[in-house]
Amino acid sequence: MISKKIIHQNLTAWFYLLPNLSGFLLFSLIPVVFAMTLSFFKWDVFNDPEFVGFQNFRDLLGWTNTDGKLSFNDSDFWKYLYNTIFLMIGIPLNMLASLCVAMLLNRKMRGISFFRTIFYLPTICSGVAVYVLWACLYNPEFGAINKMLGMFGINGPGWLTDYYWAKPSIIMINLWAAMGGTNMLLYLAGLHGISEELYEAANMDGANSFQKFIHITIPMLAPTNFFIFVMSVIAGFQGGFDAAFILTQGGPAGSTTTLSYYIYNHAFGWFNMGYAAAISMILFAIVMCVTVINWCFGGENE
Amino acid sequence: MSKYKSKALFYEILMYLMLCIIGITTLFPLLWMLATSLKESNADISNLSAVIPQKAHWENYKTVFAETSFLRAFLNSAFVTISVTVGQVFTSSLAAYAFARMKFFGRNQIFLGYLGTLMIPGAVTMIPTFIILRNLGCINSYSALILPSMFSAYGTFMLRQFFLSLPRDLEEAAMIDGCDSWLIYVNVILPLSRNALITLFILTFMGSWKSFMWPLIVSHSTDLYTLPIALAKFKEMFGTQWSLLMAGSVIMILPMLIIFIVGQKFFTKGIALGAVKG
Repeated sequence: MISKKIIHQNLTAWFYLLPNLSGFLLFSLIPVVFAMTLSFFKWDVFNDPEFVGFQNFRDLLGWTNTDGKLSFNDSDFWKYLYNTIFLMIGIPLNMLASLCVAMLLNRKMRGISFFRTIFYLPTICSGVAVYVLWACLYNPEFGAINKMLGMFGINGPGWLTDYYWAKPSIIMINLWAAMGGTNMLLYLAGLHGISEELYEAANMDGANSFQKFIHITIPMLAPTNFFIFVMSVIAGFQGGFDAAFILTQGGPAGSTTTLSYYIYNHAFGWFNMGYAAAISMILFAIVMCVTVINWCFGGENE
Repeated sequence: MSKYKSKALFYEILMYLMLCIIGITTLFPLLWMLATSLKESNADISNLSAVIPQKAHWENYKTVFAETSFLRAFLNSAFVTISVTVGQVFTSSLAAYAFARMKFFGRNQIFLGYLGTLMIPGAVTMIPTFIILRNLGCINSYSALILPSMFSAYGTFMLRQFFLSLPRDLEEAAMIDGCDSWLIYVNVILPLSRNALITLFILTFMGSWKSFMWPLIVSHSTDLYTLPIALAKFKEMFGTQWSLLMAGSVIMILPMLIIFIVGQKFFTKGIALGAVKG
């Protein structure tokens, strides 16, 4: 009797689970195993794959030492890894801006929800449309930004065409797009969670606003800070494709190509499927490390 | 007392001033986009003193729709996004219901597998998924655009957490009344989870509408372009037709804006909810 009931329970549960689980297997789990396998092969899609062992990883990460001079097998990879990390300068900037905006919004004043909606708009609009817009604004000849700088007698650079300005320009777009966005909402929720009594006690002790900020707000927001930082770093390692593809095509001279763009190029530009899979495994490993660090240190703050 | 009051007033004015400065920084590029989209197609966009066009040239929008593949791309985007969103919310809620309320063999192991895939970068699954779909003969078809996005571990996880927080009394009452699990799912679980479902709906909708890399990989013919791809190709081809480009951008943004405004109440709550739980 009991076993019949259990069988029935199992069948019902699997009925609910099956649509999602089949998609999950086909488009998440099998691809991961597939990608791992593929990273040990050389394959151009059209011919049969050829097993090459660790060759892809050697080509990717290895170096040769000739007369004390190191030369990387794939110097592009290291350059694009550097680009990807460089773009993460935007993370602390974004966190600071989001926190400031959240603190401005964290009070009972008329029109606050109106401002919150306005600040959130760039996040809603983000994507290709926003990059196309900024391509116009950044245009050295016609763009609004250089025209405005011109009014003050400043000769603006070719924002997206200059080797050194291209990355900061992309960071600035992301800062504009995200300072009032999801991170700001997370900070706002964090600020709401801080007990009013703490501030009142500090007032009794005669603390000024700055002291209250340093000794109450910042420590109480530590879990939020940590969560936002880790999530942003994980997203940062994977990001940068859309912006670079629309704005610079990865240039000038590869200065805005990120890891995900490099994977895209190898896989779908040059059809080096195995090599692309190997890069994606490196990316996977990096993200795993960040996640493990998150587990080890994040738990204490909860 | 009055000194204290005037100081408070001063602070309040300062606050509003700062909010306005940030607001203008945020809005200026978006308004510039709207203004430029209404200019004559050969207008000098660099003339800042004439940012606001004297006459609104709405025909730019007509031109974009009529002379490029934008109409088709818009319809493609609408079809793909709605299919993905409805599919994802539906399959996720079914699986979440099973995870949250049912006992079955291997439940915890499978759920752990779901959690594990949450942190896998999209770039890892992208290549094998392409190859799998290629072998199924799906590349360059709607199914390639829709199928891989219809199942989401994140959505399942988020809804499961929400379902777990629901009180069981109503379900027990329904069970006593003779409802089976499907009737409970439809009549109790789904109505109670309205906020979470709408949040997932909006998040998925926005993500799918903006999605760029995947459609770029699997759609090769113009007929299949979604709006982001069409806009990117449009920029490549007519990079200097600013007013038409901006009109195209406005067209792409508008549906997301409408969804956001309609669902804002649920959305801002849901973001915080997702963060606290996950």
